[in-house]
Amino acid sequence: MTANELTDLGVAAIRDGVAKGDFTAKEVANAFNTAVAEAQDALNAFITLTPEKALEAAAAVDADRAAGKALGKMAGVPIGMKDLFATTGTKTTAASNILGNFVPPYESTVSQKLWDAGAGMLGKLNLDQFAMGSSNETSAFGNVISPWRREGSTAQMAPGGSSGGSSAAVSARIAPAATGTDTGGSIRQPAAFTGISGIKPTYGRCSRWGIVAFASSLDQAGPMARDVRDCAIMLEAMAGFDPKDSTSLDMPVPEWEANLNADLRGKKVGIPREYRMDGMDADVARVWDEGIAWLKDAGAEIVDINLAHTKYALPAYYIIAPAEASSNLARYDGVRYGLRDLPQGAGLQDMYAATRAAGFGAEVRRRILIGTYVLSAGFYDAYYTQAQKVRTLISRDFLDAFQTVDVILAPTAPTAAFGLGEMVSDPLAMYLNDVFAVPASLAGLPAMSVPAGLDRQGLPLGLQLIGRPFDEQGVLDAGLAIEARAGFTARPAKWW
Amino acid sequence: MSVDTATVARIAALARIKVTDEEVAAMVPELNGILAWVEQLGEVNVEGIAPMTAVIPNTQRLRADVIGADPLTGGDVRDKVLSNAPAGEHGFFGVPKVIE
Repeated sequence: MTANELTDLGVAAIRDGVAKGDFTAKEVANAFNTAVAEAQDALNAFITLTPEKALEAAAAVDADRAAGKALGKMAGVPIGMKDLFATTGTKTTAASNILGNFVPPYESTVSQKLWDAGAGMLGKLNLDQFAMGSSNETSAFGNVISPWRREGSTAQMAPGGSSGGSSAAVSARIAPAATGTDTGGSIRQPAAFTGISGIKPTYGRCSRWGIVAFASSLDQAGPMARDVRDCAIMLEAMAGFDPKDSTSLDMPVPEWEANLNADLRGKKVGIPREYRMDGMDADVARVWDEGIAWLKDAGAEIVDINLAHTKYALPAYYIIAPAEASSNLARYDGVRYGLRDLPQGAGLQDMYAATRAAGFGAEVRRRILIGTYVLSAGFYDAYYTQAQKVRTLISRDFLDAFQTVDVILAPTAPTAAFGLGEMVSDPLAMYLNDVFAVPASLAGLPAMSVPAGLDRQGLPLGLQLIGRPFDEQGVLDAGLAIEARAGFTARPAKWW
Repeated sequence: MSVDTATVARIAALARIKVTDEEVAAMVPELNGILAWVEQLGEVNVEGIAPMTAVIPNTQRLRADVIGADPLTGGDVRDKVLSNAPAGEHGFFGVPKVIE
């Protein structure tokens, strides 16, 4: 196989081809290492390249195969690792200056599980700083450029965020899959923007240990890949109980891949009325209607449902997430690790303030200030407690709906990708891009984006499936039913 | 509720982030825009509703009370802990003088 044929393969095809001996893991790693290096200047998808790590893992897989040993779920698959997962001996920056030179002496649970399953690391992927952003424009290491362009234009497009390096790399075919993290849509929105699949599992499925914390009650890791099957394989490798994470789910990891089933006869799919907003983008509405027809065709019954508190999800999120972020990011003090800015003659308090001013980007500072304000004496109840009560109501809306339906279908994002720079001047407009993604995050539910079509500018649109707690299978199955009917084969033309 | 420059300066001090007067002035309208928008949560009737404490019900576990039960988090890793410190000597973190 040529290098271009190898980089066209996804997770399942690489795993199976390596196992059968059609090609070696080393050939795969070489092909992707080359593709990554070629694209780096144009896309800026990675912060750190680790071709030697990919080759080292590939050599171990090839040796195991030669020795007749059993191979792992991800054997021979080189992946991109979002630079929010701590990796032993490899710089882990969270796309920030404050962690710009941080080299963890430990490995995150999720990345360790992937290496144990036979995956290798192509490099650490760029992201929005501390995962705060929806366009990958808050990184201290520069914007990620989406491989996608509007028809007839060379304007630079946003790959979505915060997992923008992950979405750009997978859609550009320079990585067969990548890790993402999702706090309020950071896996699903970038997946939708770039025509790939991504799933955020139930809160607690993937250990948060060793992932740089943003908002601990919302953060969840998940896979981003070309298709639903590849996501199922990779999620199996990432998930599982971890005593080091106090909110980790102590449950067995299901065999999601083996149980994939796109036959939805007997299933009910809910269509939330409140998501059909006034002035909705016509292409987004069209693709949603097509999705409804595809799921009907797969045998599902379509049911209208109410999620009455939907419009309050985003404002609640923008109290809760910054509140948690302001607490989590208090650890960056210039003492134990990370950047230190010690002005001449400064005392300890001045050092803290100078370090944090120099180390955090504008969006991170903004969210820390909002979080500090809503948690401050006199405002805590009016903002934070009220938001947590509204969160209870949002979660209850979903659980009520799941009395009737098995899975919910909605758009992933209100628009296709926007151009870099088009939204940065208005933080509020940027936040609104997560309007469909945030409710499932607040309720801790498994949710997935699958590519569904193109808009009038030739840019990908995604459909979102939201499931019951612990029912990743139902989400993956409905995703597979859409994937089989959408026939989404569009890919960005290679311009880099 | 809205913030003025004095409030923003106070929040920044609480958050231990150094800000210039120009930065404070720029942040006042930004934060007010966001705060005005989240104000709509006040419309929601939350009578009798408990604030969420756990998004997915889970039990709090205790680990075994054994030193070094987990080699990653169990201790005896002083040099690793200090390996990323901006300043440290004799096995301690280094900070500016705090006692006059």
